[in-house]
Amino acid sequence: MHRASRALSFSVVALVAVGACKKKPEVAPAPVEASAPAPTPAPAPPPAQPECDAACMEARNSAARTEAIRAATAALTTTIYFDYDRSDITDDARAKLDAKVPVLTQNTGVRIRIAGHTDSRGADEYNLALGQRRAAAAKRYLTDRGIDGGRIEIVSFGEERPTCTDESEGCWSRNRRDEFEITGGQITAVQTSSR
Amino acid sequence: MTRLLRAALLVAAIITIPATHATAQDTLQQAVRIGLRYDPNTKPGVLVLRVPGVNGDSLRAILQRDFDNGDRINVIAGDEAGFPDAPSAGKNSNYPLYAKLGAVALVQATPTASGLHIAVHDVAQQKVARVRDFSLPSAPNSRDWRMSLHNVSDELEAWITGERGIASTRIAYIQGVRNGRLYVIDSDGAFPTPVGDDAGVMSPGWHPKGTHLVYSVVGSRGCCQIFVYDLSGGGARRLEAVGGGLNSTPVFAPDGAVIVYTHGEESGTDLFATTVFERGPARRITVGRGSDNTSPTFSPDGRRLAFTSGRLGHPEIYISDADGTNPQPLTYSVGDQNYRANPDWSPDGRLVAFQSQQTDGSFQLNTISLRDRSVKQLTSDGSNEDASWAPDSRHIIFSSTRTGSKQLFVIDSESGRWRQLTRNGGVRLPAWSPPLTR
Repeated sequence: MHRASRALSFSVVALVAVGACKKKPEVAPAPVEASAPAPTPAPAPPPAQPECDAACMEARNSAARTEAIRAATAALTTTIYFDYDRSDITDDARAKLDAKVPVLTQNTGVRIRIAGHTDSRGADEYNLALGQRRAAAAKRYLTDRGIDGGRIEIVSFGEERPTCTDESEGCWSRNRRDEFEITGGQITAVQTSSR
Repeated sequence: MTRLLRAALLVAAIITIPATHATAQDTLQQAVRIGLRYDPNTKPGVLVLRVPGVNGDSLRAILQRDFDNGDRINVIAGDEAGFPDAPSAGKNSNYPLYAKLGAVALVQATPTASGLHIAVHDVAQQKVARVRDFSLPSAPNSRDWRMSLHNVSDELEAWITGERGIASTRIAYIQGVRNGRLYVIDSDGAFPTPVGDDAGVMSPGWHPKGTHLVYSVVGSRGCCQIFVYDLSGGGARRLEAVGGGLNSTPVFAPDGAVIVYTHGEESGTDLFATTVFERGPARRITVGRGSDNTSPTFSPDGRRLAFTSGRLGHPEIYISDADGTNPQPLTYSVGDQNYRANPDWSPDGRLVAFQSQQTDGSFQLNTISLRDRSVKQLTSDGSNEDASWAPDSRHIIFSSTRTGSKQLFVIDSESGRWRQLTRNGGVRLPAWSPPLTR
């Protein structure tokens, strides 16, 4: 029993050491947590980078890139929200759109579709037009910041594709939205230095 | 000058119609004196005699229900067993008995080899006023048979009241609040029938002859494409002329050759027109400058359009010439919110029905007069939307949540009397057909 636990903590240390070099955050944290209840607090390896050779550096950069691409994709596809019967870009939406601009600027091959949606309260037919206006507003925001309009398709679903169906402000506010979908190209260029 | 003359003729016509009613009412006044219970100021009493034959009871029930749904006739039910089957003239006349029950007219239907022989009796005159043979399809209670019988009802209503009924009509609507399918139902609620296979259908509109439906379809890539459906078996055809982007709320012009619809890309949505049965370009009608312009409806003469426009920053009903010139707001502060939408122009040209939003978010139906802009609120219970006029310019079909999930209801805009048409919830966007038989 005692030996087994020591063996376990040893292997954890080894894993963490490898993880520190390879920097695979998806793998490393899970075993660490699993080992947390272990009675002997394993002497954690110093967090400072030990000697990291070229292969290690490459792997580290690759992991950082993967993470940066994930973050860029998330920024580009983050949903923005609107006020009732409005298509104005709110402050919150502005911040989210601003985060999309560098992703689109650095990845000129990427094309997106913006889908405008409304809550269930207005007239069904008018809401189709309102959804279109919301999608157009986001597109205009991006093209005003130098993104080629030919890369951005806009569509409207009106109130036809809600994310929730309760009749409450909490649900309505989640349905008054623009969704962003990548329809072509791949995000390859990302800013890793700033992270 | 011409306009004045036309107005004068219209006034004359309006005066003439009540005059017919007045004659009927005079007869009724006598009946009232002998103490019968019904309102003599609104509807002539009509008694449908028992109909012989296997389908007699069903036939009689349909005629009675059609008269009742028309709201222009007081259907006298009376004591079913007590009536002699047919009145006899002369010394032992039964007519006084019918007069006592409040009937000014009797409808006597007799099945024949090819359909029905109809005799309408004038009770006061104690004689048959009019007869005619109607043919009916051979399969009793089939969809066609019932529609032919509804046509008999409508014709009889014209004989008795001077106004044709609306029984021989249908209503197109969307079954399903999302990803809905196109259906057509008879005006009395019989035979809800799916039309075509498309899912995501919205905004059906009838061809002025009732031969085609036009509608939009929301696809997996958003709203929408426009389709024309040939009800005589031709199926659905996508209208190529409308192109990409958003295309919604199509309506036929009264000439049946052109549709007007909403088209939008990146700078708001505007009304456009194109030909349906021959290839033609799409031409722009409204100039909304980035606003939403949708849900058009034609004046019956095809010269003007009403539509919903957001050009003032909120949805409002506008009216313009059919080419988009001379746009003016029609509605004003009706309802608690700055939100008025979905106009439908009455077939007689006098009124536009629309919906206005209240503080609680619900919609209520109103009519606005084109003569003096006076507004009449028609509903107050639940949320009521998507008004569409019947051919009689009196009844309106609409969707309502008054009994729970969205159902279709018919309201008599004159009396406020209403009836539920559908029983299968999640129904919306109804459109009342023109008369389907003649």
